[in-house]
Amino acid sequence: MNLAHQARLDQLYQTESRRVLATLIRLLGDFDLAEEAMHEAFAAALTQWPVDGIPDNPCAWLVSAGRFKAIDQLRRKARFDVSYEDVAERLQTELTAEEPEALGIEDDRLRLIFTCCHPSLAREAQLALTLREVCGLTTEEIARAFLTSTPTLAQRIVRAKAKIRDANIPYEIPDLNQLPERLESVLQVIYLIFNEGYSASAGDSLIRQDLTAEGIRLGRLLCELLPEPEAVGLLALLLLQDARRAARVSADGDLILLEQQDRSLWDRHQINEGCNLVLGALASRRFGVYTLQAAIAAVHAEAASMEATDWPQIVGLYDALLALAPSPVIELNRAVAVAMRDGPEAGLPLIDALLDRGVLTEYHLAHAARADLYRRLGQKDAARAAYRRALELAQQGPEQRFLARRLAEMGAS
Amino acid sequence: MKYLALVYYDEKLMETKSQEEWDTLNQECIACVEDLNRSGHYITGSPLLPTSSATTVRVRDSRVTVTDGPFAETKEQLAGFYMLEAKDLNQAISLAGKIPPARYGSVEVRPARELMATGNEAGGNAG
Repeated sequence: MNLAHQARLDQLYQTESRRVLATLIRLLGDFDLAEEAMHEAFAAALTQWPVDGIPDNPCAWLVSAGRFKAIDQLRRKARFDVSYEDVAERLQTELTAEEPEALGIEDDRLRLIFTCCHPSLAREAQLALTLREVCGLTTEEIARAFLTSTPTLAQRIVRAKAKIRDANIPYEIPDLNQLPERLESVLQVIYLIFNEGYSASAGDSLIRQDLTAEGIRLGRLLCELLPEPEAVGLLALLLLQDARRAARVSADGDLILLEQQDRSLWDRHQINEGCNLVLGALASRRFGVYTLQAAIAAVHAEAASMEATDWPQIVGLYDALLALAPSPVIELNRAVAVAMRDGPEAGLPLIDALLDRGVLTEYHLAHAARADLYRRLGQKDAARAAYRRALELAQQGPEQRFLARRLAEMGAS
Repeated sequence: MKYLALVYYDEKLMETKSQEEWDTLNQECIACVEDLNRSGHYITGSPLLPTSSATTVRVRDSRVTVTDGPFAETKEQLAGFYMLEAKDLNQAISLAGKIPPARYGSVEVRPARELMATGNEAGGNAG
């Protein structure tokens, strides 16, 4: 094996292994068998390609080799358990019937995404399975990203695969009447993967870049395979949020609020891409919550400063968002936008009304937002009390440090 | 493949329905069974009387003990079941979504397994 072959194969593994796997899962109807077959196919390429040359369609070659390997595997198993004989026989027949070139390889990738994100799987199983099967992350990498132990994560994946097999979750793109709900589940999985990286829910590091990158990669893949407006809106949202990454955290890992961010650090290229995607999604008139959130992010991204931000438009977008998906957190964000548009005294009663309803009382950002408005009004005692409450509730190191710093700036009571 | 659709709802909520509302719901259920039958998805099924009529039987040390009511206090109670024939879970889900009381409560969809003399998978699934 010469170096050129090795390099080509490594590159093919990077770009094609998930495609090959997705098709093998469809053909073999079994995740584990497909994974084994995929690895054996690459191993076969390692010995055969230097002799026979690289095939014209490497992907089809790998799928076909994987299928032969799986049949061998099943025949070996059939020596101990005759029930495998039937499966091997069926695969053998199909193998001669179907031309590898005719395989709908792109559709298989979409099938794989929908299967991994099937709503009958627990949310954390959907996340783990998507990262494992669609993104090709190792179990160890996923466990590290979610601050879980490898055995726990491995078990989660094993159980999810068992459920796919036992409940017979089909390997298919949902039909039109199921598509909206099922797409929603896929979008949530992608958003959660991104968000777990972007605002790590616990621990001391604010951004885990591996997960944000996987989220964006998945978002791009989905848009390529199924360019639905909300899929485009989600990708826009991820790109626009991620564009602010470099400005969001200080050198010592502290959180920097939008207000204090150095906007020259924002990734303009990514912002342009995000803004264009938002416009496309909005123009479809079939957009939803992700597109609206992306539109809000786009208004921020295009503003030169907090003061120069088009706050009336942001309040309007929050109104539209609330009409589609009422949520206390969105009401809170809208209250903050109203405070920017009309002054802190206009925002405070809105936040107080939320807290009076008994919602968000345990949410640190509600208290932090309230504290900030009191600070801007120069009401130090009220600001201090609210910062203290926020600090009690905050979970992450960087956020705690930020709130403690703000509290210290307020001086002693 | 066989799937059991277990229909649950809050009995207290359903008790507040008028005679007319209740009859309408039952007529919808009759129509649902007819549709499922026509499309070849219906194997069997039945609505159940309320949990107040239930008895729980246990056998411990070869002795039968009997207590009243269902074994657990839950917000929603088992109200009926449909045994369905579906090609996969997605089809079973779309059939279950047509069961009228799903509007008020929930329908749990469970794949049925074969009872075999040997080779049954161990671990909590022994019917």
